[in-house]
Amino acid sequence: MKTVIRIENISKDYRLGEVGTGTISRDINAWLAKIRGKENPNLKINEKTKFFLSGEIHKALDNVSFDVQEGDVLGIIGKNGAGKSTMLKILSRVTTPTEGTFKVKGRIASLLEVGTGFHPELTGRDNIFLNGAILGMRKQEIKSKFDEILEFSGVEKFIDTPVKRYSSGMYVRLAFAVAAHLEPEILIIDEVLAVGDIAFQNKCMGKMSEVSKQGRTVLFVSHNMAAVQRLCKTGILLEDGKIKYSGETTKVIEEYFKSSFASRAVFDISLPENTQDMEGFAYRLQIEDLDGNPISTIPVGKKWQVRIYFRMNKRTSHFIIGIGISNTMDVNFRTTWSSPMEIEKGEYEVVFRDTNILMSAGEYKILIGLTSFQRSIQYAENIAVLRISEIDEINDERILRISGNGLVLNPMEMELIKK
Amino acid sequence: MENNYEEWTLVVKPNTKWFELHLSDLWRYRDLIMLFVKRDFVSVYKQTILGPLWYIIQPILTAITYSIIFGSMAQLSTAGLPKLLFYLSGITMWNYFSECLNKTSNTFIQNAHIFGKVYFPRLTVPVAIIISNLFTFLFQFSLFLTILLFYYFTRTDIHPNKFMFLLPVLLLIMAGIGLGLGIIISSLTTKYRDLRFLIAFGVQLLMFATPVIYPLSSMLGKKKLLLLANPITSLVETFRMGFTGVGGDDFKWGYLGYSFSFMVIVLILGVILFNKVEKSFMDTV
Repeated sequence: MKTVIRIENISKDYRLGEVGTGTISRDINAWLAKIRGKENPNLKINEKTKFFLSGEIHKALDNVSFDVQEGDVLGIIGKNGAGKSTMLKILSRVTTPTEGTFKVKGRIASLLEVGTGFHPELTGRDNIFLNGAILGMRKQEIKSKFDEILEFSGVEKFIDTPVKRYSSGMYVRLAFAVAAHLEPEILIIDEVLAVGDIAFQNKCMGKMSEVSKQGRTVLFVSHNMAAVQRLCKTGILLEDGKIKYSGETTKVIEEYFKSSFASRAVFDISLPENTQDMEGFAYRLQIEDLDGNPISTIPVGKKWQVRIYFRMNKRTSHFIIGIGISNTMDVNFRTTWSSPMEIEKGEYEVVFRDTNILMSAGEYKILIGLTSFQRSIQYAENIAVLRISEIDEINDERILRISGNGLVLNPMEMELIKK
Repeated sequence: MENNYEEWTLVVKPNTKWFELHLSDLWRYRDLIMLFVKRDFVSVYKQTILGPLWYIIQPILTAITYSIIFGSMAQLSTAGLPKLLFYLSGITMWNYFSECLNKTSNTFIQNAHIFGKVYFPRLTVPVAIIISNLFTFLFQFSLFLTILLFYYFTRTDIHPNKFMFLLPVLLLIMAGIGLGLGIIISSLTTKYRDLRFLIAFGVQLLMFATPVIYPLSSMLGKKKLLLLANPITSLVETFRMGFTGVGGDDFKWGYLGYSFSFMVIVLILGVILFNKVEKSFMDTV
């Protein structure tokens, strides 16, 4: 195994607020001092008032080191602001680190955003060449791959039309096609999978795993955990500019979810001031696994349950408690309620356990309702968020975990009949 | 693992030396330069009826305006040349310089969206601008030649001479100064936006300190020295002398040498500064 990228103690500082010292003359002073090998006079002022200025520097990356081996597909994940983008910017040479070095073997190309440098007035054909050249290809190279690129993009008919007339989907497809046919030793990809329809996304994923199978090195930054899991062998979890965890992808993703959402599995339900007047009320809802441990994010396929804590202030007959789950588009997904019962005054917990329905990844809203003889005792919407993540705990090839495959992921029973 | 320095194809450190310019990168990306040229040139006249004709209409209208205002109303000398020819000779040269300077001085700000995404030698952009302006120049130059030929055959006082073969040299120096100053300004504008406003009318003012609307021969003493301190002066004058034969008394090789030295200095300064800024400009722009 050959090391193709070596990151050594890289830090990147950003100054918050105004850039520069504010005036040209102070900048010139600082610059002259630097040339003469002296300390920056403005910095000295800062030293004295360190306390006052300490908040002005933001360390987007803080002493990060890692190696990437040839042929690795490395996923870089982390919350917003963890330093992923800064890392990528440094790797793709858009900006330089404040401290530390990074070394590369071979040609490095980045796809921080597809379609960089597309000119709206130029035709698709011209843009293929322009974009390819911006990404570092020679004209000859692009020419030899032109047909392939065209076919991959699927916009053959419009190739001599200015790209400003393209639909956004066509635009992205063409752009990705160019990028996908770039053949660098090291490829950096950031969130390109967020675009296009499912068919095209799958095509992109296929192309990317193909690239990695050819022994080239890929660095992949994404929020799409399913994609990271499928593509990457190893991963790095960044948090506050530092490497929090690095290792096998599954472990890294596990760490990511642990650190991201640990706190939100228990939701308190807001109540009117005088709860004594209510016949009864639910005051807390918890999303948990079947052992009763709160979990905020449920991997697709993992069994889960919702526990509701409620109090009855008096004996109630024909009591029903129910929950409803709807998605973020306000499509009501499921409603479940208890059979009518006689209930005594007191403290209760009720558990709604998931059946075998595989909900697709995403966020869902939970509402609850308490009734007696169809008279509402309590009704509250949006009291909790149920998060289903793309990461699967099931091993069933028939189940597609990309969002957009429908709300329910359970495969249908299928029968093949030979005639 | 062997840590042989030579093995790495690229080593990025926060502080690079002043003269690590990576100019060979520029050569590697020559296809990109040509594609940028095509883009700059083609995209300007897309969806216009007259297309590249606009490149000719602009100088001819300017020359006519100058003929009326400076020639007829202000009665400025045209060194005995027909007004249209005189102004056109100045405008053709001046346009090339001012376009180079104006456009290259916007390099970083205008291309921030691309520069922020992908690495390629940033110098490709201003170099492409210089080249695409050369095509614009050729259009305008052929207009000038047409007018020149017309007067050459209808009058007797137009004397094109061997100095016109200096044109490539003049263009080279002009391009060099335009590029050098342009990238210095573009490097500084990433931090100090003020310069953008300054450059817009600065270039216009500079035109009046260049013998575009008057011949150098009409200036005397200190004024003449001041004009000669402007490195563009000798370029415009030599151009005019080579194609029309006027102003030969004021020609000295030394003046051209001065312009050339000026070009070398601003170019070196510019490239160094540009190189310094391109590394971190994304953080300041």
